[in-house]
Amino acid sequence: MEKRDIVIIGGGPAGLAAAVAAYDAGNRDILIFERDSVLGGILNQCIHNGFGLHVFKEELTGPEYAARYVGMVEDRRIEARLDTMVIDLTAERIVTTISEQDGLVQIEAQAIILAMGCRERPRGALNIPGARPAGIFSAGTAQRFVNIEGYMPGRDIVILGSGDIGLIMARRLTLEGAKVRMVCEIMPYSGGLKRNIVQCLDDYGIPLKLSHTVTKIHGRDRVEGVTVAAVDENRRPIPGSEEYVPCDTLLLSVGLIPENELTRKAGIAIHPKTQGAIVDESLSTSVPGIFAAGNVLHVHDLVDNVSEEAELAGRNAVAFVAGRAGGEDGVGVETGPGVRYTVPAAIHPGAATPLTTVRFRTDNVYKDAFLSVYLDGDRVQHLRKRILTPGEMETVVIPKKWFADRPALKKIRILVEKE
Amino acid sequence: MSDKQELTCIGCPMGCQMEVEVEDGVVKRITGHACRKGELYAAKEVVDPRRIVTSVLPVDGGVVGMVPVKTAGDVPKHKIRDIMKVLKTIRLEAPVEAGRVIVADLCGTGVRLVATRSVTRR
Repeated sequence: MEKRDIVIIGGGPAGLAAAVAAYDAGNRDILIFERDSVLGGILNQCIHNGFGLHVFKEELTGPEYAARYVGMVEDRRIEARLDTMVIDLTAERIVTTISEQDGLVQIEAQAIILAMGCRERPRGALNIPGARPAGIFSAGTAQRFVNIEGYMPGRDIVILGSGDIGLIMARRLTLEGAKVRMVCEIMPYSGGLKRNIVQCLDDYGIPLKLSHTVTKIHGRDRVEGVTVAAVDENRRPIPGSEEYVPCDTLLLSVGLIPENELTRKAGIAIHPKTQGAIVDESLSTSVPGIFAAGNVLHVHDLVDNVSEEAELAGRNAVAFVAGRAGGEDGVGVETGPGVRYTVPAAIHPGAATPLTTVRFRTDNVYKDAFLSVYLDGDRVQHLRKRILTPGEMETVVIPKKWFADRPALKKIRILVEKE
Repeated sequence: MSDKQELTCIGCPMGCQMEVEVEDGVVKRITGHACRKGELYAAKEVVDPRRIVTSVLPVDGGVVGMVPVKTAGDVPKHKIRDIMKVLKTIRLEAPVEAGRVIVADLCGTGVRLVATRSVTRR
């Protein structure tokens, strides 16, 4: 069986950044698997600008951001096998891959980095009644059609869900000459960035209907219209509020789900909230030597954060191969009221870097609230926040010295407080 | 001439609803903002709103059929429709290199249109 030090599954932003960081940390035996025929992942179809402000200090489009990292991978002569699908992963770190050129190949790796990204939530997960006419697309599929293949998915469009991809597509399709009638959002707030609501909807006079959803899809062969209804505080349609909206296309931008089939096959523990692996501060999963980063771990808002997270996974994979991973117990990072999850879920005080970034999302919109960190019973951080919203990832930085000061520390809690 | 405009701040998730009074093209009063960021955004947005425009162009003979493009700088918002009309008339031949200038001056804005991805020949 072929043996490699580090195998990276996925050649999108997370996989590329992990590979570059692993190389720069000294490892020269790195292999990337990518199922598409090009590297770069979803960035290739994200032709809009706004990427790279943190990492490169300039505003790039998705393809430009991808090209920077592909260039770094090529400069380092890191091997990438394209058109190759990883179909199995074991806890013993054996990956099984399949491709037209090589057939079925098994590789034993000393360390593995999961960088498979995420998938869009499909129509089937929504239970909208109606037949199965043509004209229903996930927003990302429509984005691929328009930006890569050069086809318009329709001319008269309703978008369900106000995630960023849906907002970006509202503008994109409008610029290409389609009529976008409205964006419906079941929640009372948008899951998208404010900038996208203003520059993708307001700029073009596209209404954002909060607390509204699609309750029926009309049409047998092709979408002919949808029924839109207001919802109550329990997200149930309010009888009598239904409105028929004619359209030929319905786009769904209703959430992203980390793609963790391989993770589950390896028996790695999955977080019930993120649907990604449970990891410690090194981004190690519950199986030693298998790391995870990017949208396969938890869905990010900014690719810059994905790159930064993946670099950490790359460096730690190198440390694991070199035998520098400790066996100490971790301090758990727990969520209190208002916080849905944290990544990481535990920190090993001895192995931690001087500063550990904990990323998380809140479970609701909070205005003029405080973001607090407790070490066991002591509140050590109490940050006033004008606004906290589930649509924007938050971070808390844990300095290593907190552990040195408290050798008996059992748990860290992060929560939202009113005062 | 006096004029009141409403806009949403994009500085942070607060999304303050602001009102700007403009007289003869000069900002007189900004209300509704919670911080300096909002004030600066509103002042510029009302007098001279600008955007980067991105799109794709068809390319013949390449490994992919479309090449993504962007305006190299921001352009006046009211020019976006005209720019999209110009883009509809362009068809390229592979290879295209990322950064290639496709239009030197878009609709009199003085802003270039550039490719944001390389497309090699098939």
